[in-house]
Amino acid sequence: MLFLQILIDGFVISALYGLGAVGFTLMFGVCGVLNLAHGGIMVIAALIGWWVSVTWGVSPWGAALVGVLAGMVASYITYFVVIRPIQRSRVIPRAEEEIFVLTATLLWGIMLQVGLDYVFSNNPVTMRALIPGVADIDGVRTPWNELLIAALCWLAIGAVTLLVNRTRIGKQLLAASINPRGLTLLGFEMSRIYLIVWTVYGLLAGIAGVLLGTFLGASATNSGALTASAFTIVILGGLGSVPGSLIAAYVVGYAETITAYLVNPTLRPIPALVILIVVLYLRPQGLLGRR
Amino acid sequence: MPQGFRHRLAAGAAGLCAAALGALLIATPARAAGKGPIKIGVISEESAIVGQSISQGAQLAAADINAHGGVMGRKIEIITYDDHSSAADAVRAFQRAVEQDHVKAVVATFISEVALAIEPWAARLHMPTVTPAAASDLISKQVHDNYARFKYMFESWLPAPLLARAVCDSASELLVKPLHIKTVAIMSEDADWTKPLDAGYEACLPKVGLKVVDAIRFNPDTTDFTPIYNTLEAKHPDLVVTGIAHVGVQPTVQWAAQHVPFPLGGISAQATNPTFWKDTNGAANGVITQTGTVEGLAITPRTIPVANEFIKKYGHFPAFTGFTAYDSVEALAAAMNREHSTNPNKIVIGMEKTNMIGTLGRLAFYGRKSPYTHAARYGKHWIQSTFMQWQNGKQVCVWPTNICHGKLEFPKFIKLPKLAAK
Repeated sequence: MLFLQILIDGFVISALYGLGAVGFTLMFGVCGVLNLAHGGIMVIAALIGWWVSVTWGVSPWGAALVGVLAGMVASYITYFVVIRPIQRSRVIPRAEEEIFVLTATLLWGIMLQVGLDYVFSNNPVTMRALIPGVADIDGVRTPWNELLIAALCWLAIGAVTLLVNRTRIGKQLLAASINPRGLTLLGFEMSRIYLIVWTVYGLLAGIAGVLLGTFLGASATNSGALTASAFTIVILGGLGSVPGSLIAAYVVGYAETITAYLVNPTLRPIPALVILIVVLYLRPQGLLGRR
Repeated sequence: MPQGFRHRLAAGAAGLCAAALGALLIATPARAAGKGPIKIGVISEESAIVGQSISQGAQLAAADINAHGGVMGRKIEIITYDDHSSAADAVRAFQRAVEQDHVKAVVATFISEVALAIEPWAARLHMPTVTPAAASDLISKQVHDNYARFKYMFESWLPAPLLARAVCDSASELLVKPLHIKTVAIMSEDADWTKPLDAGYEACLPKVGLKVVDAIRFNPDTTDFTPIYNTLEAKHPDLVVTGIAHVGVQPTVQWAAQHVPFPLGGISAQATNPTFWKDTNGAANGVITQTGTVEGLAITPRTIPVANEFIKKYGHFPAFTGFTAYDSVEALAAAMNREHSTNPNKIVIGMEKTNMIGTLGRLAFYGRKSPYTHAARYGKHWIQSTFMQWQNGKQVCVWPTNICHGKLEFPKFIKLPKLAAK
């Protein structure tokens, strides 16, 4: 029974981690942007979803939809207000662009956190479950909502995988991640490709934020921890590798769950960080990263 | 050095000294005359509802005191500082309040770790300081152990061991006899205030007939409580007694979502917030927690008028810290009036004589011999605290039974021993 409990809980939490990290790694792989405002964008989706639900009595699915849209809007604002001016700047040397983008997203993330703190207070809130009720899986009580979360996460991850591997746009994204200069020489407009990535990213971050809001809840103060969690998973999996991020999400999710059940809930984050240090020491490029 | 330059340097230095002396002569009589307002600094986290209620309660008290003539004919002025619940920010704010803004007293924080960071500074700068909600027993222990140094620190709410006693007293009356609850598990966040709280629980719960079957402490950053609930459930407790303040929404929502079959009761500071029902989308239904008061309950003749004033001014019912901050400012003002002085040592003497009808009970502070020196007195005739249960969006008062007439109701997924026996 304990084994089954760990299996189910670990699977749900890992799926959520995976979804949160896939957009993050896609962004780095194609656009070269390590978005340190990632947690803030997820929290915006959850808080706006919660807010429309309690203010206007919108249904859980309606609130979730509004939350996802809010995540996309936050993603576009991040791109157009924070990132694009740096990418288009003639003053910033090309070689230093990445560090400028990194710093800008860090500062933007702090601004988002402080702004959300001010508007919504730092009280954590939870969105209503998308479906109510509890399932009994061989004696393990699991809310249907958590099973739905795992399913939706994998649906979203599957859709992204299909988009990247089976569509024309996906091939352009892959090409942009391998050789952006070559793509430009072939006549492709990189700003259009970046816009597609920010759209997909906003959608994924929005869905992850909303699902997080219905499961674990969200507050402005979570932003930093969510970014750190995605960052840890992406580094462990290998920067820019979507399959690597998914494997890393499951390594982290299960390491945390096993520790919480078998050792002590207080020590939950420790093993994942130890694994990260060991992997970076033995394989600096991460599990599936390219050198 | 040229002779002319040396002369100019000497003349300049003399001029500066004269100007400084002049400024001092001008400034000193003005201050000595004490015509300006008496400033009280309020340090709390403005983005937290509990913290915001502290500054709002203090402002309200100042307005009421000023409307009745102020203190020694002078107005009270509240200066607020946002510490973002950071000990470093709070200490900086405390220093600024004392050294730049020249406050005469400080009301600070609901977080024990922050209060403990401020306490040495209150001692060093001789600044009467009242914490309206921090509950670590170390705060009063330091006053007890080193009175001469730490006597400037007061607590207008109960320290953790007394909070534990209140939980045991209420559990005995509400749960043990009527509901046949026999076993409990303790679930507390890992923080300064919960160490003495858990020790208090473990000591007093068995005395009221509740066997402790497990005790889990968890990181306050925890967001997934599933493993904790599953681990606790394996021990089959009839009730889980909580000691949580940094978390609240997540454990409550997951308790309801997962249909965890035991009631949650004890101290859940976030559940005292009037917004908690909305924050949890109603998952709070059935949660029992200790609090200051609930809307409509007259613990003293002052409770409802102050609550109504608060609602009129700020548009919502205060968190319990709104009341304790209100009482803190009133106690400070009364101490200054009593001693006809704003001298810190005199204020301390005045505060020690406090025996006033506050908003949450009769407020007085324990003396030097008590292990809780300068903490608020606990008891039927002093501050007893109340216990409320969330029922269909309302905070219903269930204890003390002489003033609270609400009956406990639990969600359907809760399995009580009495119901099982049926």
